[in-house]
Amino acid sequence: MSPVFDNIDLFVDGFLTSLEIILYALAGSVPLGVLIAACRVSPIPPLRAFGTFWVTTFRNTPLTVVLFFCAFGLPELGINRSFFFFGVLGLVLYTSAFVCEAVRSGINSVPAGQAEAARSLGLNFTQGLRFVVIPQALRTVVPPLGSVLIAMMKNSAVAGAFGVGGDLWSTGQRLTSALGYATFPIFVGGVAVGYLIITLTAGALLQVLERKVAIAR
Amino acid sequence: MTSRPNGEPLVRLSGVNKWFGELHVLQDIDLEIDRGEVVVVIGPSGSGKSTLCRAINRLEPIDKGQITIDGALLPEEGKELARLRADVGMVFQSFNLFAHKTVLENVVLGPVKVRKKSKAEAESRARELLERVGVASQADKYPAQLSGGQQQRVAIARALAMEPKVMLFDEPTSALDPEMINEVLDVMVGLAKDGMTMVVVTHEMGFARRAANRVVFMDGGRVVETADPETFFTRPESDRAKDFLSKILTH
Ligand SMILES: Nc1ncnc2c1ncn2[C@@H]1O[C@H](COP(=O)(O)OP(=O)(O)O)[C@@H](O)[C@H]1O
Ligand SMILES: [Mg+2]
Repeated sequence: MSPVFDNIDLFVDGFLTSLEIILYALAGSVPLGVLIAACRVSPIPPLRAFGTFWVTTFRNTPLTVVLFFCAFGLPELGINRSFFFFGVLGLVLYTSAFVCEAVRSGINSVPAGQAEAARSLGLNFTQGLRFVVIPQALRTVVPPLGSVLIAMMKNSAVAGAFGVGGDLWSTGQRLTSALGYATFPIFVGGVAVGYLIITLTAGALLQVLERKVAIAR
Repeated sequence: MTSRPNGEPLVRLSGVNKWFGELHVLQDIDLEIDRGEVVVVIGPSGSGKSTLCRAINRLEPIDKGQITIDGALLPEEGKELARLRADVGMVFQSFNLFAHKTVLENVVLGPVKVRKKSKAEAESRARELLERVGVASQADKYPAQLSGGQQQRVAIARALAMEPKVMLFDEPTSALDPEMINEVLDVMVGLAKDGMTMVVVTHEMGFARRAANRVVFMDGGRVVETADPETFFTRPESDRAKDFLSKILTH
């Protein structure tokens, strides 16, 4: 294990960078996914079409292609930002499609009569979604949403590899290929442990959340 | 007493047609409902009664014809439509109380979010209404903890909280155990006596006789016959109404 402890500073930095990518991606992909889900169930046909287009595009494109487009395609279109920004952006776009579908399946699990009752009280579409449908959808949304978000946390390694650099995966990569450390201890003892700390913590938080929304009934 | 202060009925359907694909569910419906009038809609299953009810607050859009409420044409989707729906109360066969909200919260939601009333004002009004329908003691329970009859009375209170101009009831007692039917009908008769304009889809002849000004008989998407309750139940004109009544009377 000493290769890990020898480089613990690098691993801590890598861990924090990964965490940063993940938190930004979380803050971007969840609201965006909910918004796209609202489009997909909206009564307005162009919004529905837009939502479907979005999900079809980003759910069916490999993450690496989305990231490649963000990191190298957008600069060609005159958009110049850091690799970190593009990495997070790619992850957000890609993940939002899956968040959308998890949220939409939750929305569809709420009986249609609930939204009809909301509408017949004079609530508009957004109010009905916000005060009546989404709170009930949460119960069924949390488990699949959790899977999507944990997948995103692991996918942050792909974003890291795409030039963001300095995250957990890239740190492992650098130590093994550039500095010649053996692969096994670095990736199992350092990189994997780092991701497990993040995903297992997230899993535990999700379980708490699941219990909380289950009681709120 | 029914009235027409400005010569306009409160609800007017003229030449209303609707299709579900090939199925012509509403065929040339003309119907006028005055303020304070109670109209019972009766007819065999699948005759379009629910669709008619739902068309009046545009839960179902219509394909042809016009519907006006208080002289105003039903708007398309959007803000205007939401405003109109707030004036039209709806009570569903399956209650549709908000499952994640307490009884009180169910009644308060519309007034606070749509009418922009203060929470305190809405709550005190909600408690009055719950008292009126006889479920005040259940205010802090969730819908699933109530009997069907209690849930439907809460649903009525929820609709009343919006101070609607007209109330639509789509088979409000069909999902209830027999011993709970009367507690709901009694509330509805009370409303009728207080002058609420009501459209009620029901096969409860007792209610029709006690509260209705008119019975509208539908079959196959058409209004086949309109009469006062006594005449309709004792001397129906059309063969289809006679046939229908003979079936529900023998049950
Ligand atoms: N959303 C729908 N899509 C297709 N057909 C429908 C829909 N809702 C109702 N129908 C059909 O329209 C007809 C009238 O239905 P409805 O208005 O519910 O009748 P009723 O309330 O008198 O039983 C029925 O044949 C029913 O199957
Ligand atoms: Mg029906």
